[in-house]
Amino acid sequence: MKDKKTLFHYHLMLSPGILLLLIFSIIPMFGIAMAFQNVIPGKKIWKQEWIGWDNFTFMLQIPDIKQVVINTVVIATMKITLGIIIPVTFALLLHEVRTRWFKRTVQTIVYLPHFMSWVILAGIMVNIFSLDGIVNQLAGLFGVEPVMFLASNTWFRHIVVWSDVWKEFGFGTIVYLAALTGINPSLYEAAEIDGANRLHKLRYITLPGIMPTIILLTTLSLGNVLNAGFDQIFNLYNPLVYSSGDVIDTYVYRLGLVQMQYGLATAVGLLKSVVAIVLIAISYRLAYTFANYRIF
Amino acid sequence: MVRSNTLTSRLVDGIILLVLAIIALTSLYPLWYTIALSFSDQAAANAGKVTIWPSGFNLTSYRIILDDEKFFRAFGVSLKRVLIGGAVNFLLTVIMAYPLSRSAKQFPGRNIYMWFLVFCMLFSGGLIPLYITITTLGLQNTIWSLVLPGAVPIFNVILIMNFFRSLPKELDEAAVVDGAGPWYTLLRIYIPLSVPAMATVTLFSIVGHWNSFFDGLIYMSKPQNYPLQTYIQQLVVNITPDLMKEMTTEQLIELMKASNKTLNAAKLMVAMIPILLLYPFLQRYFVHGIVLGSVKE
Repeated sequence: MKDKKTLFHYHLMLSPGILLLLIFSIIPMFGIAMAFQNVIPGKKIWKQEWIGWDNFTFMLQIPDIKQVVINTVVIATMKITLGIIIPVTFALLLHEVRTRWFKRTVQTIVYLPHFMSWVILAGIMVNIFSLDGIVNQLAGLFGVEPVMFLASNTWFRHIVVWSDVWKEFGFGTIVYLAALTGINPSLYEAAEIDGANRLHKLRYITLPGIMPTIILLTTLSLGNVLNAGFDQIFNLYNPLVYSSGDVIDTYVYRLGLVQMQYGLATAVGLLKSVVAIVLIAISYRLAYTFANYRIF
Repeated sequence: MVRSNTLTSRLVDGIILLVLAIIALTSLYPLWYTIALSFSDQAAANAGKVTIWPSGFNLTSYRIILDDEKFFRAFGVSLKRVLIGGAVNFLLTVIMAYPLSRSAKQFPGRNIYMWFLVFCMLFSGGLIPLYITITTLGLQNTIWSLVLPGAVPIFNVILIMNFFRSLPKELDEAAVVDGAGPWYTLLRIYIPLSVPAMATVTLFSIVGHWNSFFDGLIYMSKPQNYPLQTYIQQLVVNITPDLMKEMTTEQLIELMKASNKTLNAAKLMVAMIPILLLYPFLQRYFVHGIVLGSVKE
């Protein structure tokens, strides 16, 4: 069946996509060279001065960098942890509901924020958390002084993490719900006959039933430890909360595109990618070992 | 399923329903609050009178938007981007997924292409090199800077490829026996059979195009070329960090008070409308689409 004409058409079908990938994915990879150059904007890349590892050593001496890395890891870890616990809990609760219309309505509502952009949601957050916004009004009822949440280093991380949970937990639930419906109902019936109550069933049937899915999604999320969410933080933060909210991606943006430190920014970005790739490789390996997961 | 109906059991059910209802309402409230704000009177909004219902109901904000030429231009750019970007994504997903769904025996080059795609998915030059590539190609201030860098949605290609692979082999064999070429087989057999999967990934790519703001921000130097999200980002969300650095806390409070709350809320609402219109269609497909291939019942 391997006739030449068919094969030609297969290659033809792939060619436009491959060409675009060459231009927009492969060519920029040569730009990584900038991490080892003293880049003067406007000059051609092969005419720049090579400076070896200087950008990297300089990077390690920047006073902000330590805080930026800490912020990134703390925010990402909180997001990853809550991003597992809350959808699982929510799916378990939803699974207990037998009233179909109620279940569907709740689902429809909680999925919705996932489809909104962080630009829009940040706009909403700014309203809600502003000095005269609803949160301060509510707190005011209990005699609490108004707080500038988005300008406060004590609150900023919480707002970032919890607003991310708010946006994504519904969507994260989908896979767990699917796993729950995949559990064989006769197991529950048998348990019922043996006198199991609801907690028993949760402990011995439901949780073990979705455990592979939980393990899979947990290991796969490991690769995101250096991704604290650029879109969200970029739209929510301001200079007052740099010390608690500035993350690697936002830092690279300011260093690179705002201050035009191309070489330095590329070096920071490259280091991040290297760590990310190692993490992805590890988590993919773990997912394969523990959940027998493969992409293709 | 057997279901015990004791008092405790029903009590637990009641509590669960209550908790879920509260969670759902909390999920919805921020959006609802924004709607209420957008229909409120500017002074009432600034005085913090809006909680659940609009205070001093009026349509002033929406009237201002209707007269706002810049807003509509940005809306138009976004619409154009969604149409072109969505079409390009769809086309490339389909024509790449099909040959890749052939076995390595049927299509010897397959695995090389596959590794290439995965390589491109995992590795990238990063923000600055891509930025420089785009500017060197002279794509700045054109719609193509927003469409082409993400033209190949590799993840979707793999998803659809897996979907194609799950279709019965006999269909393809029958088509070949009847003398159908690859294009004809793809068009007449594979595409019609995978409408739900395609609809899912296409709707997602449309939402992605509509929602992205960052590429608009960096590749468009002229504000009249901004897509809607970038325009809103600049106007509503971005309180110009550099400016704020110079300000005292008191000045910042003044600035936040002076911002036009109701108008901003109305702008956010209008920017949400396309997603809300799309949502019923999205919802029908995505639950199925997400789980595609991950859980088999």
